[in-house]
Amino acid sequence: MAKLDLMLFEEEYKLLQEIIGRLEKDASAKVVFLVDKNGQQIAAAGDVKSIDATSLASLTAGNVAATDGLAKLIGEKEFSLLFHEGEKDNLHISIVGKRGILVVIFDQNSSLALVRLRVKKASKELQEIFDQVEQRAQKESDAGSRFESPFSEITDEDIDRLFGD
Amino acid sequence: MTFINYASREINCKIVYYGPGLCGKTTNIQWIYEQANPDKRGKLVSLATETDRTLFFDFLPLDMGTVKGFKVRFHLYTVPGQVFYDASRKLILRGCDGLIFVADSQKARMEANIESIANLATNLKENGFDIRSIPYVLQLNKRDMPSAATVAEMERLLRFRGEPMIEAVANKGTGVIETLKASARQILMELQRA
Repeated sequence: MAKLDLMLFEEEYKLLQEIIGRLEKDASAKVVFLVDKNGQQIAAAGDVKSIDATSLASLTAGNVAATDGLAKLIGEKEFSLLFHEGEKDNLHISIVGKRGILVVIFDQNSSLALVRLRVKKASKELQEIFDQVEQRAQKESDAGSRFESPFSEITDEDIDRLFGD
Repeated sequence: MTFINYASREINCKIVYYGPGLCGKTTNIQWIYEQANPDKRGKLVSLATETDRTLFFDFLPLDMGTVKGFKVRFHLYTVPGQVFYDASRKLILRGCDGLIFVADSQKARMEANIESIANLATNLKENGFDIRSIPYVLQLNKRDMPSAATVAEMERLLRFRGEPMIEAVANKGTGVIETLKASARQILMELQRA
């Protein structure tokens, strides 16, 4: 399991946050979310408070997973882009690398063409950070010695406390 | 796949409830939703048919508090139990950290339980997991049914790796939290080993 874990450190997180913050402005979007393919939110920018981000992350991942299944059924590797058009707001969903999903919510203040253009650039930058994260994890796993995990001393009492016992 | 964010000091774990149709997976997480402190729980998302059968998944995010200075958040998912939704079930297992198998105690459902465990093993394998090593808890649900098989009989048929086995009546809440706790314990202990 450890090998598959996604671990983000402060500096990587800041970089990701910076990129999506810039994307939100450059694309004149309302909100931008970066989500992982398992439905966990990684970073967000814009009017985040107006949306239930946790549900959005989970449903986006479900949507992408289902679309992925559809792609495979018809012999495609994946559909790298999903677009949902609403009366006021629109949802632009794209895949970043192997594990990321970029969600851009925008209204009439922007356009699909602009969003696509900006997403393309941001995706490339995000991809580079994800690659770094993966390389670091790989290096640590190859060396067989990971940094000291803060969870190495979890006790039964810690777990009981989580459940209010 | 546990997501550990050192910047926001958060750790997110995904727990999936698996089992045959109508065994009580959704009932488990509905009970947790109703019991949880409203500040600690997110919205319960249910993608269900008009007749309340799970179509894709149910989803409940839970904030559990902190361990070693990290906020621990569980994302609970259920799969659709009906046999023909297998493609959807497979997708939901992606990146899961722990499994809870909800078995239906009624004698007539024993074959469905066995088939569902076999199906789980296959689907886990396709997602790169091994049912013999992933954190796994067995819940014997519907213990109050008159046609329930004995615990010994169910253990013989369904328990295969000495996993925690918990008796439950999910619609009354019996055993629901114990099951979740057993799963949480396994997942966090796994992190300790990682």
